[in-house]
Amino acid sequence: MSKIKNAFAGGKAFIAFLTAGDPSAEKTADYILAMEEAGADLIEIGIPFSDPTAEGPVIQEANIRALSRGMTTDGVFGIVEEVRRKSQIPLVFLTYLNPVFHYGYEAFFEKCEELGVDGIIIPDLPYEEKGDLAEIAKTHGVDVISMIAPTSRQRIQMIAKEAKGFLYIVSSMGVTGVRNNIETDIPAIVSSIREVTDIPAAVGFGISTPDQAETMAAASDGAIVGSAIVKLIEKHKDHAEEALREYVKTMKAAVKSAE
Amino acid sequence: MSKGRYGEFGGQYISETLMNELIHLEEQYEYYKKDPQFKQELKKLLNEYAGRPSLLYYAEKMTKDLGGAKIYLKREDLNHTGSHKINNVLGQVLLAKKMGKTRVIAETGAGQHGVATATAAALLGMECEVFMGKEDTDRQALNVYRMELLGAKVHAVTSGTQTLKDAVNETMREWTNRVSDTHYVLGSVMGPHPFPMIVRDFQSVISQEARAQILSAEGKLPAAVLACVGGGSNAMGMFYNFIRDESVRLIGCEAAGKGIDTDQHAATMAKGTLGVFHGMKSYFCQDEYGQIASVYSISAGLDYPGIGPEHAYLRDSGRAEYVPVTDDEAVESFEYLARTEGIICAIESAHAIAHARKIAPLMGKDESMIICLSGRGDKDVAAIARYKGVDIHE
Repeated sequence: MSKIKNAFAGGKAFIAFLTAGDPSAEKTADYILAMEEAGADLIEIGIPFSDPTAEGPVIQEANIRALSRGMTTDGVFGIVEEVRRKSQIPLVFLTYLNPVFHYGYEAFFEKCEELGVDGIIIPDLPYEEKGDLAEIAKTHGVDVISMIAPTSRQRIQMIAKEAKGFLYIVSSMGVTGVRNNIETDIPAIVSSIREVTDIPAAVGFGISTPDQAETMAAASDGAIVGSAIVKLIEKHKDHAEEALREYVKTMKAAVKSAE
Repeated sequence: MSKGRYGEFGGQYISETLMNELIHLEEQYEYYKKDPQFKQELKKLLNEYAGRPSLLYYAEKMTKDLGGAKIYLKREDLNHTGSHKINNVLGQVLLAKKMGKTRVIAETGAGQHGVATATAAALLGMECEVFMGKEDTDRQALNVYRMELLGAKVHAVTSGTQTLKDAVNETMREWTNRVSDTHYVLGSVMGPHPFPMIVRDFQSVISQEARAQILSAEGKLPAAVLACVGGGSNAMGMFYNFIRDESVRLIGCEAAGKGIDTDQHAATMAKGTLGVFHGMKSYFCQDEYGQIASVYSISAGLDYPGIGPEHAYLRDSGRAEYVPVTDDEAVESFEYLARTEGIICAIESAHAIAHARKIAPLMGKDESMIICLSGRGDKDVAAIARYKGVDIHE
């Protein structure tokens, strides 16, 4: 049973992303637990991929660092196993289709079920292509999280009607990475979603400051932060616990103040 | 099952941000390909600007030397900008203009597609930016300057392996960033639907002409047609109008680099496995966890870890065959064609020449074959000299 709804049960959610294996498997597990302690409601774990076409430079480089240090899909499952010994925080994978396809959908989602991974986000798997994978994921209780983009327009409700777990609203055009301004009309997208489903909707891409997190959370059910966290890890390497705790606390408070 | 499938291959594995644009592109393409004015404008550009139809040249000396099948060369190297790439580019840039776009972006490996795109953009008054792997900007520095002369902005891509694969990644990222006024002129029969179809249609002029030309010259169909394959656009163009002629062997020649038993090759058909990447389900060179492998070929244009989905389908359905050709074989055939026929061909095309030299002697003198000479070799002369250990300065 997916635990994703727990992330939104206490109000607006703060969702944190990091890349598995950057700087190491052990540290990824530690950082997940540190961010949970500081108030993160859900953790997205990036399974590194050689060619992450939806990512900006910060997360691209984290992918390369993780792969060059030997991180693999099985290695990421090892991290989840470690985290699950101590925590029941909702966990969602973020990766590209090829690593999942190559592992085999059945084997991959069986492993997710066994270890307690609640969902998966695959940026290169749009609505039209999710069929086979979504069915197998469903039999293992794993939610395939759908994305809605600034360009989705008439596709919003088609996607929202079949959404599982939560909806990932992409705040801006382009790839992941810190931005100064977010210009997309998020309230309009959320109200279109609300006409067809009650499923939570969180906003990601470009959010790094407490102000942005508060604004995005006010317009939706939560804020997702990736690049800003990966940058902290890049900066502090093996000693990022304190910086992460402090950052997540501030961001969680900002998200909460939007309630 | 989604649209744009060739058997199980193809599809639209792309970010949600681009889905509406791809749907729009398909609608617009379906409209304009039937529009008499569009067809007429494109034909005029192809004939009066690019120099079509290209010659089907009977390579008499090569034929005599090999002592088997009669060899014909489809001279795409004689097109304006020096390769088959212009066929697709004129079609796509004209389409983009009709769609109201004001800016085109493109990836390039050897630089041929980038030069062709910059050329069409200059002619049709569009802004143009080209993404090229840093390693390729170094080995094809003249083409970078050509693109700049034509008014394009060239971005050297420093991510990943800094070659064609990474140039595609970066062009996709840029398209996601700015899609409303920008068309991505994809250069091969790859990527998400509708690109493999659009590029194949625009390149199919090669076999449309060649089929009529060989029937006129020989009075019968060729026994085989050959083309080099990276992503596969000149091969798809060369094969397409022969697919229904079951007696015609379709042979794609892929880059085996230093050999398919080494880890330095780009032989997707020989060594790749099924995967999903760059918007399509097809074969890719990848590791046991689905990480895309870094590939190698002396030819920047064939230095790509995947292959277009329609090729994957033609291979698996048994209609086409694909063979690996090494750097050494290609370089030797590059020199052979220069000496035998007085034609300096692209190192990409030399892969097809190399395989033709292996099979022509085994065929009957009453048979013929067509080799697609996809590009001219000026761009490669310096690199071949370096490969041979000759010290020259451009």
